[in-house]
Amino acid sequence: MPTIKIESEKCKGCSLCIDVCPYELIRQERTINHQGYQYVVLADPEEQCTGCTLCALMCPDICIEVFK
Amino acid sequence: MTEQKRILVKGNEAVGMGAIRAGCLYYFGYPITPQNEIPEFMSRELPRHDGEFVQAESELASINMVLGASAVGVRSMTSSSSPGISLMQEGLSYLAGQELPAVVINVVRCGPGLGGIATSQGDYFQAVKGGGHGDYRVITLAPASVQEMYDHTILAFDLADRYRNPTMVLADAVLGQMQEPIFEHGDVPPEPRKHWTLTGAANRPARHLKSLYLKEGELEAHNRMLQEKYREIQKHEVRFEEYDVDDAQLVVAAFGTSARIARTAVSRAREKGLKVGLFRPVTVFPFPGMRLCSLSERVKKFLVVEMNTGQMVEDVRLNVKGDTEVEFYGRPGGAIPTPVEVLTQIERHY
Amino acid sequence: MKQVFAKPKALNDEIMHYCPGCGHGVAHRLVAEALDHYDITGRTVGVAPVGCSVLMYDYFNCDIIEAPHGRAPAVATGMKRSRSDLIVFAYQGDGDLASIGLAEIVHAANRGENITVIFINNTVYGMTGGQMAPTTLLGQKTTTSPYGRNFNTDGYPIRMAEMLAPLEGTTYVARMSLDKPVNILKARKSVFKAFEMQINNVGFSFVELLTICPTNWGMDSMESIKRIQDEMIPYFPLGVFKEKETEDYI
Ligand SMILES: Cc1ncc(C[n+]2csc(CCOP(=O)(O)OP(=O)(O)O)c2C)c(N)n1
Ligand code: SF4
Ligand code: SF4
Ligand code: SF4
Repeated sequence: MPTIKIESEKCKGCSLCIDVCPYELIRQERTINHQGYQYVVLADPEEQCTGCTLCALMCPDICIEVFK
Repeated sequence: MTEQKRILVKGNEAVGMGAIRAGCLYYFGYPITPQNEIPEFMSRELPRHDGEFVQAESELASINMVLGASAVGVRSMTSSSSPGISLMQEGLSYLAGQELPAVVINVVRCGPGLGGIATSQGDYFQAVKGGGHGDYRVITLAPASVQEMYDHTILAFDLADRYRNPTMVLADAVLGQMQEPIFEHGDVPPEPRKHWTLTGAANRPARHLKSLYLKEGELEAHNRMLQEKYREIQKHEVRFEEYDVDDAQLVVAAFGTSARIARTAVSRAREKGLKVGLFRPVTVFPFPGMRLCSLSERVKKFLVVEMNTGQMVEDVRLNVKGDTEVEFYGRPGGAIPTPVEVLTQIERHY
Repeated sequence: MKQVFAKPKALNDEIMHYCPGCGHGVAHRLVAEALDHYDITGRTVGVAPVGCSVLMYDYFNCDIIEAPHGRAPAVATGMKRSRSDLIVFAYQGDGDLASIGLAEIVHAANRGENITVIFINNTVYGMTGGQMAPTTLLGQKTTTSPYGRNFNTDGYPIRMAEMLAPLEGTTYVARMSLDKPVNILKARKSVFKAFEMQINNVGFSFVELLTICPTNWGMDSMESIKRIQDEMIPYFPLGVFKEKETEDYI
């Protein structure tokens, strides 16, 4: 199943990835990481991720790896 | 020993010859009188040596082209005259901060402002006190003959590389324009190995050349290291010349073209039986202050002669013993003191 | 399962100091991807500007030098002329390139230096706190144009790609935007092309990238992206303004 891995410690919570995911599979956590940002996580219980890489393309901090 | 033949050249051409002799194959510069023979010579000669000549859009660009060439490890240079050297101060500060070798020739003309194209020594302070922003020094050589224009250019490359520091040849319009016979000699010190150049991180970790230090304490440590280097330079690289100082009661101190004029005046004074000597700093940074200090144990009077309103005289006063008298004679902005004028001053203060 | 998107090898693992959403991150990634793609990291030297990206040497695995403000094209010229086997790129912001360094970029382009310049247009001076840049749009409020940029007093925003493309010395000039995935893919192609031009010794290549500076625009990342689309692209049209083929040159 295609999926993504988000390095939460690198994430700055800019949410640019959230907006581009066609299935709205990324959401922001309430908790903060060591940098002090509300990082994002993949929420994909139904395994909808297609590995399209759109989220990774947008991420300025290169926190997202995509597997297919 | 290579064959020694004397050839008649202009000071500016001697600079170009010395640079190529030192293995400098990259020249970046912008036209300005009275140093145009240097870029003209380089634009003619470098293509024949497989080198590169770039006429830059400004002196800001030329000094930064030198910075780039230096970073990749080659010997390169630029030359200019006073207004252009002012524009290069930014680059010189970065070169010093990044510890990059570079050779800059300043064929000084008059200022302030556009001033004039006649000779002057008005850029002494700018050259030896830093010139640009920050706490740094440029090694500065002060030639007094066309032969020295050649020799000092070679020496400048050696010093710049050995200390990883910008080095300036502080000439003037007279030295740049006059013709004298010179020897082109073969003894050029070998280029030191450069372990810091940016030549691609293929088989090693990436390298950075920078002057920005943001972490706590880093910048202070960097500055202290630079100061330590300047102290080493002061310890090992002081050069000067003396004539007839042994029994002198009055010593004339002068650099560059002023020293040539003073030399004539000193000889005439000797002919008249006056015990007068000449002290000529060959390096103005590092300044031969220790030698002046020991001379002042015995010599109680110095006469400093410059083609400005009094710049090096401050360094002389700083270094001689407290009770030494230091007189000054200068002609600013375009006027050259004559030997007769200097002789009159010698007689007045003797 | 195969990894279909990974961090380029030309970047290290440091967390970048840029603000959340800042366009420098994607721009760095595209450059790094080009270095990976052509396998040139080991013979590339980057020239860092003065601006927010001055610290780019902390993130790239290639050699990098810091240039005085605006002088990156001159530094790159000195490097490339004396070591033509190196791949030399300059990375510059809009204050750096289009204001203080305008002479250096125009003349490096006009001489046809065989270097690659990546130009980050975020319409403000980022590092110094959001002052007006030469690219600041008319009406845009910045800390030094508090009433909005007014052409009577501040002149008009400069279109750098359009300025450089007509110069005979340039071989590849493009403007791309990092506002959405499809444009980022186009920008990637453009950045690759720019490096390819240099590798093939074709001459001066230049890619302008429209990026966001949420911090100094006083917007969140999403609003900033929208601003690129609504305000920047209409004034700074995207496209390849010039592309000389290798054959044209030989
Ligand atoms: C000679 C000089 N003038 C001014 C500055 C201050 N300064 C630092 S960065 C900068 C502007 C940077 O803006 P830009 O090039 O747009 O890059 P950004 O920070 O937006 O990425 C200025 C004016 C400087 N460092 N040196
Ligand atoms: S790869 Fe595509 S589908 Fe999967 S999370 Fe990212 S944007 Fe969504
Ligand atoms: S784009 Fe990157 S940094 Fe921004 S929220 Fe998503 S994962 Fe985090
Ligand atoms: S100030 Fe602007 S350009 Fe600078 S890091 Fe922040 S978002 Fe990026």
